[in-house]
Amino acid sequence: MADSALDQLKRSGRIVVVGASLAGLRAAEVMREKGFAGTLTLIGDEPHEPYDRPPLSKQVLLGKADAEHTLLPRRRDIEAEWRLGVAAIGLDMAARTVKLADGDEVPYDRLLIATGVRARPWPNEAEGELAGVFTLRTREDGAGLARALAAGPRRVLVIGAGFTGSEIASACRERGVDVTVAERGDAPLVGALGGVIGAVAAELHRENGVDLRTGIMVTGLEGDSSGRVRAAHLSDGTTLECDVVVVSLGAQRNTEWLTGSGLGAGPRGIACDAGCRAFDLRGIVTDDIYVAGDVARSPHALFGYQFLSLEHWGNAVAQAETAAHNMLSESTDRRPHLWVPAFWSSQFGVNIKSVGVPSMGTEIMITQGSRAERRFTGVYGYQGRIIGAVTFDNARWLQFYERQIECTAPFPPPFTTVDRRADGQRPIPADFPDPSVPTHGPTITLSGYSPADRRIATFTPAGH
Amino acid sequence: MRLVVDLNRCQGYAQCAFLAPDVFAMHGDEGLLYDPQAEAAQRERVAQAVAACPVQAILVDELDLAATAPAAATSSGEASDG
Repeated sequence: MADSALDQLKRSGRIVVVGASLAGLRAAEVMREKGFAGTLTLIGDEPHEPYDRPPLSKQVLLGKADAEHTLLPRRRDIEAEWRLGVAAIGLDMAARTVKLADGDEVPYDRLLIATGVRARPWPNEAEGELAGVFTLRTREDGAGLARALAAGPRRVLVIGAGFTGSEIASACRERGVDVTVAERGDAPLVGALGGVIGAVAAELHRENGVDLRTGIMVTGLEGDSSGRVRAAHLSDGTTLECDVVVVSLGAQRNTEWLTGSGLGAGPRGIACDAGCRAFDLRGIVTDDIYVAGDVARSPHALFGYQFLSLEHWGNAVAQAETAAHNMLSESTDRRPHLWVPAFWSSQFGVNIKSVGVPSMGTEIMITQGSRAERRFTGVYGYQGRIIGAVTFDNARWLQFYERQIECTAPFPPPFTTVDRRADGQRPIPADFPDPSVPTHGPTITLSGYSPADRRIATFTPAGH
Repeated sequence: MRLVVDLNRCQGYAQCAFLAPDVFAMHGDEGLLYDPQAEAAQRERVAQAVAACPVQAILVDELDLAATAPAAATSSGEASDG
């Protein structure tokens, strides 16, 4: 009987969580809260307990916090078996085991995959290994880069002006370090927020003394005789002398270990239903494998059932809680993960926040404040409805627009707002770049078939 | 003590920066910086900040942190998680 099977799972089952970061930890806490008394194993390839990453590109680089001291607080004791510092390298869905790099096999009754993403490395491996060349994702990355900035470099080069790259540039300027930012797109943040907001971000960089170069690529890094980076070559033919380089080209999903497992996993993440249950390669939903966090790709009713994979802190928390709940619930008690995407960034003293999916928007309207003052709310429209919003130092408006997105309110908003300025009286094109042109990588990946496109989607399974 | 602020919730009311200025600091008009591992001596001030946050965005460790974390690079076996 289904009832007794679930009771038995709760009493003495084996749950394995692969990925010991924010999503994995939160899921484990919720499982124990819901009365799971069986064996709980957390597997993580890093040798650390779960820690928080957002401070690594902010207070850690500013020297206001230690990279070693960002361990996540615990809401309760999770009585877990920890397998830290050892990566999962394979999954046998039929035998229900996870293979580890040290040769062990861990059996499970329910599996949660929360392996997240890693920094995309510099494509030239030898150049990427030069001393002074960094990516920023892990605690070691944060500690190393903070040390390099504290040592007073002559010039830092940041490659890629997404959120992380912009935050690094901001920290450099706050520390009085000269910094050049090279971005392939036309403006910083253009992939996430479009060209209208990207232009504001570009002004922020320049006003704060960043040597911002857009529409440009770094074609090579050059080291000195001791193997330390000394210069970068740019696509306009110039050479830039720099002694620290931060490669900030977005992230790659950690799904390679699932190659050949039969799970619906690829470079865009692991496909799952709204209840966090993973799809197998045939598009059939599994009963015992769940996915949460950056590595998950799930359809969202509010956004045309597009599959969204979100590199958002809040998504990791919310999706982990839903996955944990569903793993221990009868099918009729399961909940969908219908979180409205939301993220924040802090750079050049400006608090940037967003809800919804701005990158789906075709138009933008400034509804509060003004771009000139760097204090405004921008609302994104898609096919006559509100699809996203962004604020610069205007965060208190976001909750209102989140509700507008949830109830598919019309765009442009029919109401007049108290302080709408001259630049916000009508919608203008949001100016997103052609998504088929690669940039450093978006923080939201839209990968579903949209019926509105009236196109036949071609599907190429990757890595299988 | 470990702490984390849900910056999706945070709306820059600055109560925490007022009550525990050694742990929380405003960065610009709205942004918040905080020390994710506050000194034990700050416990009471942090508790006040947690209670006073209008959007309840501050999460502090529920566990006694005197116990050490699982040893780094443990490749197998059971370890305390607190």
